[in-house]
Amino acid sequence: MLGELLSYPFIVRALVVGTLVALCAALLGVSLVLKRYSMIGDGLSHVGFGALSIALAMNLAPLEVSLPVVALAAFLLLRLSERSLIRGDAAIALVSSSAIAIGVIVVSLSTGMNVDVYNYMFGSILAMSESDVVLSAAVSAVVLALYVLFYNRIFAVTFDEGFARATGTNAGAYNMLIALLTALVIVVGMRMMGAMLISSLIIFPALTAMRVFKSFRGVVVCAAIVSVLCFIIGIIISFVWAAPVGACIVVTNLAVFCVFALLGRFVRRA
Amino acid sequence: MALISCEHLTIKYDGRTAVDDVSFSLEPGDYLSIVGENGSGKSTLVKALLGLVKPASGTVRFNGISRREIGYLPQQADTQKDFPASVAEVVSSGCLSRRGLLPFYTAADRRLVRENMEKLEIAGLAKKCYRELSGGQQRRVMLARALCATRKLLLLDEPVAGLDPVITAELYALIDRLNREQGITVIVVTHDISSAVQCGNKVLHMDTRAVFFGTREEYITTEVCRRMMGVHTHADEEGDACHAG
Repeated sequence: MLGELLSYPFIVRALVVGTLVALCAALLGVSLVLKRYSMIGDGLSHVGFGALSIALAMNLAPLEVSLPVVALAAFLLLRLSERSLIRGDAAIALVSSSAIAIGVIVVSLSTGMNVDVYNYMFGSILAMSESDVVLSAAVSAVVLALYVLFYNRIFAVTFDEGFARATGTNAGAYNMLIALLTALVIVVGMRMMGAMLISSLIIFPALTAMRVFKSFRGVVVCAAIVSVLCFIIGIIISFVWAAPVGACIVVTNLAVFCVFALLGRFVRRA
Repeated sequence: MALISCEHLTIKYDGRTAVDDVSFSLEPGDYLSIVGENGSGKSTLVKALLGLVKPASGTVRFNGISRREIGYLPQQADTQKDFPASVAEVVSSGCLSRRGLLPFYTAADRRLVRENMEKLEIAGLAKKCYRELSGGQQRRVMLARALCATRKLLLLDEPVAGLDPVITAELYALIDRLNREQGITVIVVTHDISSAVQCGNKVLHMDTRAVFFGTREEYITTEVCRRMMGVHTHADEEGDACHAG
């Protein structure tokens, strides 16, 4: 079956981009979950939906429009919660519902709810064009390189921001780096996973790994492996059942999470 | 030239004045104890020195020292309860400020981490999960991290809280050695007045305002010190805590 799967160029494209995105999402997810920023992923994906629907209405390239918009939203969300003008979770809820509302209005005024819009919301394996693959691979490579280079600092800022700040680490800059990288991953992954489901790609692997592993490195490595495996299994299920790919990946992640949760209890008792 | 000079520092916190018009300065190699009751502004003052809290007025000036040369032990680390981190990972993060732009730890960093863990008797816990340690063990991990970060200045906020007497005595001896042998400037916040009258060369007594700032010898003769000491400690037992071990 794998041979059959790989004979379709669109599936090969989806596998390449998806594996890279799943890897990046898992790495960033560990920091986001631990910093209590999980909802930022959700908020940003909704902003991404708004941006995509505007791009669609205006006949612009979807990735090129949503990248800067989502990056700007990440910047604003972080600033809002840091200055505590509005509490972080409330700020995200405001921004994400507003973005969806604007997106839906734009959609209904222009094309109406068609297949394209449905695909933006729930993802499509066909979404990746040749040029998307190149852009996605480049973005993923940048995210991976930055994550590895700043791994130790990301740990320090995630673990104890006060100490990092006091000893001369520019914690604000690293928070911003994490938010911007998240924005990149969301935009790239959103079209395959769907705006409604992409945030699970970020949150699930980290939470799954945290059930069992107790060191930061253990959690990061495990989350990366779990994420990529769940992605590949999800895509196979999606192909076999002809079900939306994003949903299949989320359900696979849910199943693995349950297994790890049981495993974690077992390990702790032993 | 003063290493740290703090002039007319006033800090407001939650609408009330936590630190009111405090001025003092430290020379390189000084060892300052900041004493006072709970809520007298000690921790807030330290946070202002580190730039974690913005003062309402006044200035903090560092001469010939950057933030990257400071070791800091917070009173309560703002870490989360479910954070997955091994002891080795936490202690290593103290070395980051030495790295400049280099992304990874060097062999020298790893040696420093091992030494500091051995000094605080937590080497055996290196692979253990930080959140599963007891309060006293967590304290020592934070201390080891602070020691890794220290090159010119060490700031400790209630370093011995939750530690047993043996480790406490060893810790004071260790701080004293760092101060005397490596010339590291030390600031210790403590509500344990008996250690303050035994260790270091300067004392700052806080009660929102600076009630006293001067040498330890002068402090022992003041009324405010005698009142703090009450009946249970004796200034003339001086000298034990610092030089044990």
